[in-house]
Amino acid sequence: MLHKFEIDKTKLVLDVHSGALHQVDDLSWHLLDHYQQKSKTQLITEYSVAYNQAEIEEALVEIEQLTAQGLLFSVDPVDEQYDMDQVFSGDVVKALCLHVAHDCNLRCKYCFAGQGPFGGDRSLMSLETGCQAIDFLLKQSDRRRHIEVDFFGGEPLLNFAVVKQLVTYSRKKAALFGKKIKFTLTTNALLLDESTAQYLLDNAISVVLSLDGRPAIHDKMRPAGRGAGSYRQVLKNIKRLVAKNPPGGYYVRGTYTRHNLDFSKDIMHMIDQGLVDISVEPVVAQPEAEYALRLEDAEILKQEYRYLVKKVLEMITAGRRINFFHFNVDLEAGPCLAKRLSGCGAGHEYLAVTPAGYLYPCHQFVGHSQFQLGHVSSNELNQNIRQQFKRAHLYNKPACRQCWAKYYCSGGCNANAYAFNGDLLQPYQLECMLTQARLECALYLKCVFEK
Amino acid sequence: MGKHIKTINTNSLAATIKTGGCGECQTSCQSACKTSCTVGNQVCAKEEK
Ligand code: SF4
Ligand code: SF4
Repeated sequence: MLHKFEIDKTKLVLDVHSGALHQVDDLSWHLLDHYQQKSKTQLITEYSVAYNQAEIEEALVEIEQLTAQGLLFSVDPVDEQYDMDQVFSGDVVKALCLHVAHDCNLRCKYCFAGQGPFGGDRSLMSLETGCQAIDFLLKQSDRRRHIEVDFFGGEPLLNFAVVKQLVTYSRKKAALFGKKIKFTLTTNALLLDESTAQYLLDNAISVVLSLDGRPAIHDKMRPAGRGAGSYRQVLKNIKRLVAKNPPGGYYVRGTYTRHNLDFSKDIMHMIDQGLVDISVEPVVAQPEAEYALRLEDAEILKQEYRYLVKKVLEMITAGRRINFFHFNVDLEAGPCLAKRLSGCGAGHEYLAVTPAGYLYPCHQFVGHSQFQLGHVSSNELNQNIRQQFKRAHLYNKPACRQCWAKYYCSGGCNANAYAFNGDLLQPYQLECMLTQARLECALYLKCVFEK
Repeated sequence: MGKHIKTINTNSLAATIKTGGCGECQTSCQSACKTSCTVGNQVCAKEEK
């Protein structure tokens, strides 16, 4: 399977199944369309109207060689003989998202957590439940050495005392089990004062900091309790932390909605504030919400990504350091195929824990009681639900099987698929279109930097 | 490097199929609300074992 696309007069061809990326000239761009259907003589005859014969022959030799090397027209490595069980064997949980607070100090309009409580009561996780969750993870991760804990909410800093105690507890316990824990904390930064920031720095905790971009955009969607904007306070706190180069890394992440289809301006705004590691994402919303993105916005958004990639390129060329999350793609040392097939792991490798200790496939499913998998105090998990999620992999989703972006996307977000189509196996179309648009930009950047 | 086709990367994904997954890599949520690691930009954790 080949995917051809053109950005800024650069013609690119991705050989989907090998992952090889090629920059091609006009002639090979056309030849590749018919190479498999027509004979060489036919191709030469047809194209000699527009091109010189020797050139056509040369291009055909190149195509032939690359095909022989498995870098063009390579076949799907996942055939009937491929042992899917090898990829999805074992019941290992390697990451937990701890909802340490089902409460929040902001009232973001697009919040999928119902502004904190996920449709339930406002509550905080107790230290005891947190420790049970860590014990559960240490046991369920079996022989995996690298495990992850994400402190999430609502707003996790509303329960920071417990977060700190859990970090200490986990480190001690992990050492006994010979494991390495990576911690992440996702925060709206409103309570990220100096001492909190210092703690995160000292403990090399990765931080995800929410900021939507331009002040008016941010304040419109992310108001505090009485409707006042949160931009000023949040930006000040974020800048203070980022200035210290967090050793665990950070991402400033924003959400764009129908109110800012020109979100590249928000990204530029963040860059102008000296922020480097940035991730800005499409909102996930019920279709009736006025800020929800619509299918008809897809083309505008695609052009916006194209515009953004040019801007990013200009700035990097001018010597600025920018790391836009979705424009990163590792062609040489990316993940193995097994990882690419399994995706996010929600519901089997990755689980979310509510303040009361109940387990769900991931943070997006919290509150949907039909997906409750169990409780951290017991090592029994609902195997039906787990199997359902295990089976929701790339090759069981008809659209994904045929999709050129499959090895980079891994089958999209199951929560989105469920929310929009009521089916884990049917990806949400707008998400697909945006994933593909971003990936083209990322591949284009790769190509330019190779030069 | 060809005159008509310039190959940007040559390593083949299919080569990793036989090795299976060691499973040590980070989980990768793709949703908007999280760190949202798409898989393609991840690094393999195998070497740091
Ligand atoms: S979710 Fe969409 S973009 Fe991703 S692999 Fe499936 S079809 Fe392709
Ligand atoms: S299902 Fe979606 S929201 Fe949940 S972990 Fe996977 S990608 Fe993230």
